[in-house]
Amino acid sequence: MRHRLDLAIGPVAFRIGSDWRAPLDALRLLYGGYPAPEGVADFTVRLEAERPWRRFVRPSVAIRGDYILPDAAPLSLAHGLLAAEMGMNLQMALGQRRFLLLHASAVERDGRALLMTGHSGAGKSTLAALLGERGWRFLGDEFALVDLETGALHPFPRAISLKNEALALFGDVEPDRLGPVLAGTPKGRIRHLRPRADAVARMAETARPALILFPRYGRDLAPEIRPVGSAEIFVRLTQASTNYVALGEPGFAALSGLVTGVPARAIDYPDTEAAVVLVDQLWNKLG
Amino acid sequence: MSAARDLVRLLADPSGANGVGDWTALLAVARAESLAGSLAFRLEGQKVPPRVEAILAAARRDAVQGRIQALWEAEMARRALAPLGLPVILLKGTAYVAAGLPAAIGRSIGDLDILVPRAALPEVERALLAHGWEWVKDDDYDDLYYRTWMHELPPLIHKERDRMIDVHHTILPLTARRRPDAAALIAASLALEGGLAVLSPADMIVHAAAHLFADGDLAGGLRNLWDIDRLLRHFAAAPDFWPVLHERASRHQMLAPVLRAGRLANDLYGTPVPEGWRVWDSADPLFKSRLLARDGWGRATRPALRLGFYARAHLLRMPPTMLARHLWTKARKGHRANP
Repeated sequence: MRHRLDLAIGPVAFRIGSDWRAPLDALRLLYGGYPAPEGVADFTVRLEAERPWRRFVRPSVAIRGDYILPDAAPLSLAHGLLAAEMGMNLQMALGQRRFLLLHASAVERDGRALLMTGHSGAGKSTLAALLGERGWRFLGDEFALVDLETGALHPFPRAISLKNEALALFGDVEPDRLGPVLAGTPKGRIRHLRPRADAVARMAETARPALILFPRYGRDLAPEIRPVGSAEIFVRLTQASTNYVALGEPGFAALSGLVTGVPARAIDYPDTEAAVVLVDQLWNKLG
Repeated sequence: MSAARDLVRLLADPSGANGVGDWTALLAVARAESLAGSLAFRLEGQKVPPRVEAILAAARRDAVQGRIQALWEAEMARRALAPLGLPVILLKGTAYVAAGLPAAIGRSIGDLDILVPRAALPEVERALLAHGWEWVKDDDYDDLYYRTWMHELPPLIHKERDRMIDVHHTILPLTARRRPDAAALIAASLALEGGLAVLSPADMIVHAAAHLFADGDLAGGLRNLWDIDRLLRHFAAAPDFWPVLHERASRHQMLAPVLRAGRLANDLYGTPVPEGWRVWDSADPLFKSRLLARDGWGRATRPALRLGFYARAHLLRMPPTMLARHLWTKARKGHRANP
């Protein structure tokens, strides 16, 4: 393809090709400081014109690659950076078979990981990003990669996609860590945030899952911690996994390892500060 | 040189693994051609970089799981259809897996394809609908078209397992010029343990060649030709295999596609075929170019050639006047759908 960028994020390498220069320039800036990948890429992402002339006329970016969703809608060239991010997500969600993949965010302290998973809008991404600014090591806000042999969590510290109101919480981060403001995307107003340097520098360092949280955000909810039965944990994690069924028995073993070996709680919270208090409370009780 | 050619060369001779320059391109082509699992097994034990080995190991694991799912889907169909007391013949990937053939190693398997006697279609349809399968298409024209002119029922999907089943009553559309002998396919089929069956070796080749060269636009052709390579190498060990194949191919009006399959498998994958099969054919280079039309990004290349084969697929499928009527109906529907 005309333009190419290779990116290594945790244990996964991507080759991203594009018909236009701009999306890759934005990506290069956002991922400044990430190590260059060595050798083969796990996945190829292609950002290409839907039809040859659409490279010039009302440019529209189709997200393609090794794995394709046939009815995925193209994005405008102004949202090319988002297209690249979505392209990487798509490859992971459809093609990743080296790890059990959970749609979850994760942070680490002292070699132990806190996993958060829930429906979109539950705040798992914002929470992980916030904790990552406050002494935790950020592991990822989109996918948690569980090693099929050891059960360890592999960091996947992609740029964090901050949506709508969440943007205001990160007003004081170093400006060079922020990507361009993408207004009017299918997911609303988005701005990407590069994780802190330690998260990038230590992205080959795995962590042992120590606590699973199912957060629930609601402006009118009282802060609350609730126990969750193991059957419910199991079902919620299978729902959170994109490749649990495809992995077969190894996927079942890794997922039940989490259920039986890692404590889990549901938390309700009315604002992020309340959530941070609940997380600290639970984490300190782990001892 | 096309990246697809590198893939073909490596499948034919895995010892070339240490000469691979761009593994990323090779994997992209293999995935685009649904050959990643086959390649991963073919390269098992070869010296490759550790990161490549991790990717290949995952592809092998994926293929093993796909095999389990395919066999389970076949078993589900067997249970649904067993009370009818009919021959239920597995086709394509699921058949290779169920019969333990080398073509099954690493093969990706999507839908379940079965062949049943045409007269039994209504009761097969009823039994499947009663066991959780449902229609994919809800368009009256498509439905009528399938039932009148196709070699299979409109596709059904299982509502819980989300897997498709294609119920065939012969191996080419009824509108095609060539008319395979469906009764002979069923009569010569070989029963497997447990109540299912597969086509006889020669008929299996005939079907694979029909699927590749007498129907469709050669999409996924490298994988289908790889099936043919694996099947021919395996079956050729039996005495009289080649004359029997010749006789069966003629009987099903499928001699030219079978000979072409043999020639191109020989050319691309080095498949041993009888001396007399290796003649020059003016159209082979076109077919070969079409099979190899993919670049190192996994993109389809040679759009004009692809379009030509796309047009050919429709002409093979039906006479021109009927084709015109069909395309007219489809275009009007498309127009209505996208005002």
